Amino acid sequence: MSKMHIKMTVNGKQVETLAEPRELLIHVLRERLDITGPHIGCETSHCGACTVDMDGKSVKSCTVFAAQANGADVTTIEGLGGPDNLHVLQEMFKEHHGLQCGFCTPGMITRAHRFLQENPDPTEEEVRFGMAGNLCRCTGYQNIVKAIMAAASEMNAAKEAAQ
Amino acid sequence: MNEMSPTKSERAAALKGLGTSRKRVEDSRFTQGKGNYIDDIKMPGMLFGDFVRSPYAHARVKSINAERALEMPGVIAVLTAADLEPLSLHWMPTLAGDKQMVLADGKVLFQGQEVAFVVAEDRYIAADAIELVEVDYEELPVLIDPMKAEEDGAPILREDIADQKTGAHGARRHPNHIFTWEQGEKEATEAVLSGADVVAEETVYYHRTHPCPLETCGCVASMDKVNGKLTLYGTFQAPHVVRTVASLLSGIAEHNIRVISPDIGGGFGNKVGVYPGYVCSIVASIVTGVPVKWVEDRMDNLMATAFARDYWMTGKIAATKEGKITGLWCHTIADHGAFDACADPTKFPAGFMNICTGSYDIPTAYLAVDGIYTNKAPGGVAYRCSFRVTEAAYFIERMIEVLAIKLDMDAGELRKINFIKKDQFPYNSALGWEFDSGDYHTAWDKAMQAVDYDGLRKEQAERVEAFKTGETRKMMGIGLAHFTEIVGAGPMKNCDILGMGMFDSCEIRIHPTGSAIARLGTISQGQGHATTFAQILASEIGISADDITIEEGDTDTAPYGLGTYGSRSTPVAGAATAMAGRKIRAKAQMIAAYLLEVHDNDIEWDVDRFVVKGAEERFKTMKEVAYAAYNQEIPGVEPGLEAVSYYDPPNMTYPFGAYVCVMDIDVDTGEHEIRKFYALDDCGTRINPMIIEGQVHGGLTEALAIAMGQEIAYDDMGTHKTSTLMDFFIPTAWETPHYLTDFTETPSPHHPIGAKGVGESPNVGGVPAFSNAVNDAFRAFGVDHTHTNMPHDHWRIWKTAKDLGMHD
Repeated sequence: MSKMHIKMTVNGKQVETLAEPRELLIHVLRERLDITGPHIGCETSHCGACTVDMDGKSVKSCTVFAAQANGADVTTIEGLGGPDNLHVLQEMFKEHHGLQCGFCTPGMITRAHRFLQENPDPTEEEVRFGMAGNLCRCTGYQNIVKAIMAAASEMNAAKEAAQ
Repeated sequence: MNEMSPTKSERAAALKGLGTSRKRVEDSRFTQGKGNYIDDIKMPGMLFGDFVRSPYAHARVKSINAERALEMPGVIAVLTAADLEPLSLHWMPTLAGDKQMVLADGKVLFQGQEVAFVVAEDRYIAADAIELVEVDYEELPVLIDPMKAEEDGAPILREDIADQKTGAHGARRHPNHIFTWEQGEKEATEAVLSGADVVAEETVYYHRTHPCPLETCGCVASMDKVNGKLTLYGTFQAPHVVRTVASLLSGIAEHNIRVISPDIGGGFGNKVGVYPGYVCSIVASIVTGVPVKWVEDRMDNLMATAFARDYWMTGKIAATKEGKITGLWCHTIADHGAFDACADPTKFPAGFMNICTGSYDIPTAYLAVDGIYTNKAPGGVAYRCSFRVTEAAYFIERMIEVLAIKLDMDAGELRKINFIKKDQFPYNSALGWEFDSGDYHTAWDKAMQAVDYDGLRKEQAERVEAFKTGETRKMMGIGLAHFTEIVGAGPMKNCDILGMGMFDSCEIRIHPTGSAIARLGTISQGQGHATTFAQILASEIGISADDITIEEGDTDTAPYGLGTYGSRSTPVAGAATAMAGRKIRAKAQMIAAYLLEVHDNDIEWDVDRFVVKGAEERFKTMKEVAYAAYNQEIPGVEPGLEAVSYYDPPNMTYPFGAYVCVMDIDVDTGEHEIRKFYALDDCGTRINPMIIEGQVHGGLTEALAIAMGQEIAYDDMGTHKTSTLMDFFIPTAWETPHYLTDFTETPSPHHPIGAKGVGESPNVGGVPAFSNAVNDAFRAFGVDHTHTNMPHDHWRIWKTAKDLGMHD
């Protein structure tokens, strides 16, 4: 099958790759660009393990064609923070035991990052609703919610301190 | 001691040992997207395998034509049973002593069964090629209802063993019958039932479901023909067992096989079994000479690997008028699907279903389980429970509620009257187990107080009145459960899988500068072993948990062990860890005595050091001893500081707990809202309270899913109706309640540190608590209404209300 030339910004870097028109964004990220943080859990948009940020929106990259991401700005868990600049969500998930097997975690944190930009000061109920597109089989969500609430507080406190 | 010296408690705290809510060492890589799961493994030249699967539940395979698929660019091979037969790999043994087709051998027995294995350059090509493999089927009559399996004219499913009158677990009375397993005293129990004041009867169906970890099963097989070595990466909950089985099946010597379990994205029992995908990947790698990857998609996972439950349990429970239980009778029809692939210890074809006397002192009991073949997927795994313990706990906790209705008693009071008393432990149950320790009354009273049980019952009575006067359309259910688990399989005298004894192991190396590495025969799938096993060791050998690396899952480096399932890691490998730590300490004591120039008996262990008795300013820390062990000549002592322990547990462990669920139910919509869930767990010594609580939250949420909506359903034709996450219920954060956790601590008397294991307790106790709440909500509305089956989805709850005339 003939391939398309796809250019994207992924985690702040310009990337170019060839991909079939039918190829899914998750496969291009994982197989062609070796970005393996986002995972595949269901292939039907239910579990959210493949969640990435695309042009300022959370998308499930298992149901987005790579071709649709042509020209887009994509952020994955790898782009949120690393060993030298951990994102507060990454810290809070560890601090509040918001993960167990870790398979849902990259999608979960990537979604939480976008959610907190949509709603910087959420109630617990709003967190539960806003995160309902991401499934976790291990934690029962209680500590995920706790971690996101704690991250919101930290981020808001940092924002206030900066003003 | 000068003022700069840390106190004893400061030194103990610095170890981050037992009882510390230590943050997890695994989390840095997982939160940064740097986990290494099976689908992350990429090897040069790697091919991708995928299955042609049967669309029919029962059919003859008349022919398979792969020509068109093979013509497709990028397709390397298509394997069928005919290709595997010369290697004797077209069938494989199951963990339950049966055999299973690797690829369809003349017929298919369930929808989704593996028919052919396509090997291609990438997963897209493999998926395309599957469509081009032409299989000619001739449909056969389908057997879905296990109750009809032995009727005249029932289709014979397993023609390969139709004439065998004896199976792996004794006599077979029909070609569709697998085994009958009996425990306890039949006649004595029947005598008790016939003479009893009160007998309550019920048939309780624990429906078919699936562990459905977020990561599916998969493997990468890599045969290095130059060196004759096979490396098999995979989502294996028992990597060492996989190595031995792979060796026995393939004929490759065990030292030439290396099995590696990388990070595993949840298991819950799904990843214990040996699946056709593993066998086909190995063969494909041998044939092609390059690595071959196979990873299930979600439909493959839900349709073909590892269902759980599917037990039809008919019970009779006898009691005096005052509510003292005198006998329990249970007959179970166990639907095993097309092959008996349960992952139970060999001598227990129905797992530990004989823990079904629960937390109660029941003097006489009888259990019989009949295993049956049907046209459904094989499995029968322990989905977040020890072998069939969830079924057993659900059965007895429903029977208690039904008995309470019959006696017109409070179900909480009935439990209290019948609990095994603290001074009865160790307690020998009527069905053959020795419960190691327990204090049920203390736990129960604590739970009842915490939820204000009397207040809840009062409120419930008021609600019933309000409903009758038309003030509300919402009913209130109070779901009680007191469960006793049996985990930590198990003692080699009665526990083996395919002849392999169910011990576990730990090997420790102390480095010269006083840090350490320990390797175990288990494998974490989210339980946090790298965190908690270091804590056990820290408390034993006085080295901070932060200075101990825990490694599992590589059969070339880790000592042999039977893996992680059935809450066995802490009871068995955790015990091995403590015992290996004690061996380290014993050698260290000799070295310390030499360094301190005193006799071995004149020094004693103190947190992280050996001190001279009566002169605690004279000491050698473990760190100092470690350095000396490698760098100083100690007369009569070998250099180095290492130990290994293989631990054969003397008994199982018996965690328990008291759960209360308070639920509101809308009788017009069938919707429910969980207002409160209180979970008290007693798992013996608590290693890491943070991790225990996390396990309880997760297990309860899996219980919520099972009780309230999750099921593997088939239609009459054997068509799988719940093969995507659209149909197979997994609760989101929105549907999941907030849980209150609590604990009591009754150590196991036979475990080196008193720990019992906890990962599965919340599923075992949670399912009856949720289900009892639903059933309890309707208790006041039907004299004859004693039970509705799970899953309690909105429709079923609505239907119950309708049947009880509550919509009129």
